[in-house]
Amino acid sequence: MTVLSNGADDNQTARPRMTSSTHYPVTLSPTHPRNVLEVRDLVVHYHTSRGAVQAVNGVSFDIREGERLGLVGESGSGKSTIALALLRLIRPPGRIEAGEMLLDGVDLLSLYEEEMRQVRLAKIALVAQGAMNSLNPVLRVKEQIRDGFNDHGIRMSPRAFEARVGELLHSVGLRREVADRYPHELSGGMKQRVCIAIAISLRPKLIIADEPTSALDVVVQRQVMDTLLAVQEELGAAIILIGHDMGLMAQVVDRVGIMYAGNLAEVSPVRDLFREPLHPYSNLLIASLPSLEAKGVFKGIPGLPPSLLNRPTGCSFRTRCPHAMERCALVEPRLREVQVGRRVACHLYDGEWSRESA
Amino acid sequence: MTALLEARHVTKVFGGGRFAKTPGTVALDDFSFRVDAEPPTITAIVGESGSGKTTLARLLLGLAAPTSGEVLYRGRNLQSLSREERQRFLRDVQVIFQDPYEVYNPFYKVDHVLETPIKKFHLAPSREKARQLMEETLHAVGLRPEETLGRHPHQLSGGQRQRIMVARALLVQPRVIIADEPVSMVDASLRATILESLRQLHLNFGISLLYITHDLTTAYQISQNILVMYRGEVAEVGDVDLVVKEPRHPYTQLLIQSIPKADPDHPWHGHELPVDPSAPVIAVTHGCKFADRCPYATEISRQQRPPLFHTDERRAAACFLYKESPQLDGTDLEQVMVKPVPVEA
Repeated sequence: MTVLSNGADDNQTARPRMTSSTHYPVTLSPTHPRNVLEVRDLVVHYHTSRGAVQAVNGVSFDIREGERLGLVGESGSGKSTIALALLRLIRPPGRIEAGEMLLDGVDLLSLYEEEMRQVRLAKIALVAQGAMNSLNPVLRVKEQIRDGFNDHGIRMSPRAFEARVGELLHSVGLRREVADRYPHELSGGMKQRVCIAIAISLRPKLIIADEPTSALDVVVQRQVMDTLLAVQEELGAAIILIGHDMGLMAQVVDRVGIMYAGNLAEVSPVRDLFREPLHPYSNLLIASLPSLEAKGVFKGIPGLPPSLLNRPTGCSFRTRCPHAMERCALVEPRLREVQVGRRVACHLYDGEWSRESA
Repeated sequence: MTALLEARHVTKVFGGGRFAKTPGTVALDDFSFRVDAEPPTITAIVGESGSGKTTLARLLLGLAAPTSGEVLYRGRNLQSLSREERQRFLRDVQVIFQDPYEVYNPFYKVDHVLETPIKKFHLAPSREKARQLMEETLHAVGLRPEETLGRHPHQLSGGQRQRIMVARALLVQPRVIIADEPVSMVDASLRATILESLRQLHLNFGISLLYITHDLTTAYQISQNILVMYRGEVAEVGDVDLVVKEPRHPYTQLLIQSIPKADPDHPWHGHELPVDPSAPVIAVTHGCKFADRCPYATEISRQQRPPLFHTDERRAAACFLYKESPQLDGTDLEQVMVKPVPVEA
């Protein structure tokens, strides 16, 4: 496709500085695409007058080139905090306490703020939750697209700019005329498409979509998701889809990470997860989904997630877990690979073949 | 028999008017609907945003007045109830709103929302009795009073707050509860518990429920009858099992196909929408309102507004695809509704 040649040039000039050349083998087999992003032991706390809220507590995961990774969890499980942390947009009283976030081998936490500004949008772009709140109400759509170009030092003639805006809008299924409209003249679905157009305007390697469709109804949700995935595929970008809708995850992502109380409970390929959830929480979460196939009594998950101010000892899910054992109260389970490609943090799998995760 | 609550030929237009530059938005278009208290039913009202479902709720609650037509409570116009009738209406018809965060005053303890109706309707003769009543009601919705009473709203989860709202509605022993998207802001794992407590109220206390939602899956799970709305009109109405399993109206079909199934082996399918999402929405003055998005649109559906066709014994659809079927009067939707038999939990 023809979107944005300039952004790509920009990436190529920037890359040698960003990547250590010894980090990856030179030959990459197509079945093993390299990791775009590696997150290691990320810890984010919010410091309040009552103590530190441990929102993200040692999370590690990878995402490969072109991969679609889902992060699922209840509100307060830390999924949106991870999104903000990856962009280094955590504001006080929040703070990234520890960990590494390697984008193409470069730790984002080691960058100066000015370097980080260049990474945002150009390499990691965010499609935020409420489209209506993330657009500036007093600027026309094309001015908001121009902002991104200006901030990244991309200059172009007015004609080239118009053409580029047209291409971008076209790629998200909008007409060229939308460029001259204000956000309030657009429907919710159209605004979310504009946000996607802005997010892809510099051809990022990684798109973080934080509940991109939760404010939309099902029909529009499907159209917007289709659009997002189509442009993601065209760019070859990886995507982290954050949400709580397991149905949407089942349809859209390759792998799912289940978050619970600031930790990853399980990371599995989506088919494996739905066929045989390993973690008891994943299991209950999938069982609680109402379906159109069978009518029955609603099965919720009894109990509430723990307070992140003072976490319980051991496993954070044990108070709601039907399989809780003595060991769960004593030792916090580590996320370990227990089947090929599947990692789970649960003592039920202690005896099984395992490989401590990196 | 007089219905407990009835909307008769109700039209609601927002904006517009003689001096307005643009025509108004028609939220409800000659809409008729009734809620009976006996036998108690659960009816789902489903539609996308802008379909008029929340407007319908607001009209039935008396929070807004119709532009034309009337809303009746026990046969009397809502706008002209006497003081006593209004008191009775406020007890009989209760509401649960979408947002369990905004409905609370953060300065008061949650006890306040339960104490107010007790005082207002003199439900308990003494403080002790009032406390006892509050505790019983909280138990009925699956909450432990010792974990909820005496707390401020911010100390409770969204699910707990929404269940307190259910408890508040239950407290005055209403005949009908209108629940407008009660679980859309609540986490998936807590949704099920709230819907289950609503269903228990229906089963144990014989309360009718009007469940307004955009989520067909939960609507299917909880209700006996369903009414699918499209831009202020009924698209399809009837037995929920029929409507969801074999939708007749192309709009219902589109809605059902658009639900992402929690099964990676059953991919999202369905026809692509031919409509350009950035095309301006034109006020449809004649013809079927869905025609511009409908893969089956014909000359007749662009010219005439389709009436409801009585396609099955327990279902009607407003689509000319079924013009061989007899027509159904829009004021007589009860004809296709399932008469509930007492169900066991």
